[in-house]
Amino acid sequence: MLEHYLSIFISSIFIENLALSVFLGMCTFLAISKKIEAAIGLGIAVIVVLAITVPLNNIIYNFLLRDGALTWLGFPDVSLEFVGLISYIGVIAACVQILEMFLDKYVPKLYTALGIFLPLITVNCAILGASLFMVEKNLDFGESVVYGLGGGVGWALAIVLLAGIREKLKYSDIPDGLEGLGITFITVGLMTFGFMSFGGIIL
Amino acid sequence: MSDPLRNFLDKTKPNFQKDGAWSKYFPLFDVFENLFYSSSRKTSGITHVRDGSDIQRVMAIVWMATFPTMFFGMYNLGYQSLIAIEALNAAGQEFTKDWHWPIIKLVSGLNPNNIFDCIAYGAVFFMPIYIVTFIVGIFWEAVFAVVRGHEISEGAFVTTVLFALSCPPDAPLWQVALGISVGLVIGKEIFGGTGKNFLNPALTGRAFLYFAYPASWSGDLSWVAVDGYSAATILGLSAESGYQFLPDSYSWSNAFLGFIPGSIGETSTLAILIGLAILLFTRVASWRIIAGVLIGTIATSYLFNIIGSETNPMFSMPFWWHMVVGGYAFGMVFMATEPVSGSHTNKGRWIYGIVIGVLVVLIRVVNPAFPEGMMLAILFANLTSPLIDYFVVKQNINRRNKVIYAER
Repeated sequence: MLEHYLSIFISSIFIENLALSVFLGMCTFLAISKKIEAAIGLGIAVIVVLAITVPLNNIIYNFLLRDGALTWLGFPDVSLEFVGLISYIGVIAACVQILEMFLDKYVPKLYTALGIFLPLITVNCAILGASLFMVEKNLDFGESVVYGLGGGVGWALAIVLLAGIREKLKYSDIPDGLEGLGITFITVGLMTFGFMSFGGIIL
Repeated sequence: MSDPLRNFLDKTKPNFQKDGAWSKYFPLFDVFENLFYSSSRKTSGITHVRDGSDIQRVMAIVWMATFPTMFFGMYNLGYQSLIAIEALNAAGQEFTKDWHWPIIKLVSGLNPNNIFDCIAYGAVFFMPIYIVTFIVGIFWEAVFAVVRGHEISEGAFVTTVLFALSCPPDAPLWQVALGISVGLVIGKEIFGGTGKNFLNPALTGRAFLYFAYPASWSGDLSWVAVDGYSAATILGLSAESGYQFLPDSYSWSNAFLGFIPGSIGETSTLAILIGLAILLFTRVASWRIIAGVLIGTIATSYLFNIIGSETNPMFSMPFWWHMVVGGYAFGMVFMATEPVSGSHTNKGRWIYGIVIGVLVVLIRVVNPAFPEGMMLAILFANLTSPLIDYFVVKQNINRRNKVIYAER
């Protein structure tokens, strides 16, 4: 059992890395990766949000939305899967909002550290993407916790690595036309070479 | 000044300097002059000059350090191919003879026991690869130097020779040209040239080809320079049935000495160790990275040996086998120690080395898609090295801050 969870965790970090294998959450990935410290902050925020929203959406999917999920209410033939997308994003938005208020009140230090990142990642497609992958992979609750956590760690790892490289690239002499986002795109492309080393591992 | 070449250079130099007619092409003149005379420019400003070592000298040392493995590689390429030809002839099989064949007929016999035949055969295959790599590589370097106004760096010489040595013997030349172009332009030049890149350019080109044209850059058909002759690599065979059941010709000592099929420059661990000795003696390569790689490999392979597996024979491969097969030694000595893409801090170099050592075994053992892991392990470690440096530097700052505050 533990082994099963471990393999989901590892594969969501390295093999199906949300940023570098499926290229989700690119906007924030490219925008907030200039400084390592900011990238770490954003990375932690993504880990926290993913670890909360994916299991939450898992509960909602399993007990409200999926085909026959409403049996416990006496509606065995009802499938609400068509409202899946909007429910997930609603759950994510609400959850992030509550989390923000909670942090503001009880952990102000973390709140100031995360700053703008929390509201920002509400609309990050990596967050929604992880929930959708969770549905597609048909994970149960325990698996979805591990998957959310692993997906977040993988995304955070990717953005911190990118930030490290971009801090190093400050000393590079990049052609005018490529400066800024251009070279970042190429950098991300080259990073996937490194992450290819994990592609193909079957756990 | 009785030297005619010097006179010629002095006479033409004004044309290339600031107001000269060809001032745009100064980098081309500069590299030509530096080929024969040491540079007259001196460091100015406030600097710590430790010795006369410069990029040119460092790169020349690396270049020479590849010579043992280059010549052994040519010999072994010929040796493996001639044995294969002998076997095919004995079996009465025909094999396709491509454009290399007339040249081979001209310069060498077909006796695998004759050293000169082997080297000549190897040279006929290796030299075109190297020449193409060199011309294309220097072409890109020169184009970027002229357009962007930097110098032609000797780094391109090293990149080209390392790239050529990492090619399989049968590599199609147009793919070689494409690979070195990607490696130098995308991997290095668009970041501003030597010293500004974050991935090893030779490996970038190699990895690009590996993923783009897997048929001629991996698999069993590419390792002997005879068309259609299939020779599995040790790693491929071990992944299938375990290293204990390798054929006799793949003994450990043969793998160490280099009498096995493989990429041109990677087969002989011994010849690469000679190169390593040169690099360590001249302090071009960092011994910390080498030590880190070795530690990582030994620890990880021991771990896998202990865990064991009934379905995957690679688990049982001991570290002394890991070290002599595939591109391990070549990658460790010439690719991992590249100073630009590796870590820059001493503590960081240990960690960087260990990351490579762990990853290479990990990829070889648990990833069925890639039997060889050195290239990808180094590329991944290249990605992590800026971050490793960042944390090492940060730790140092914190430590010193503590000392300062304690004193107050």
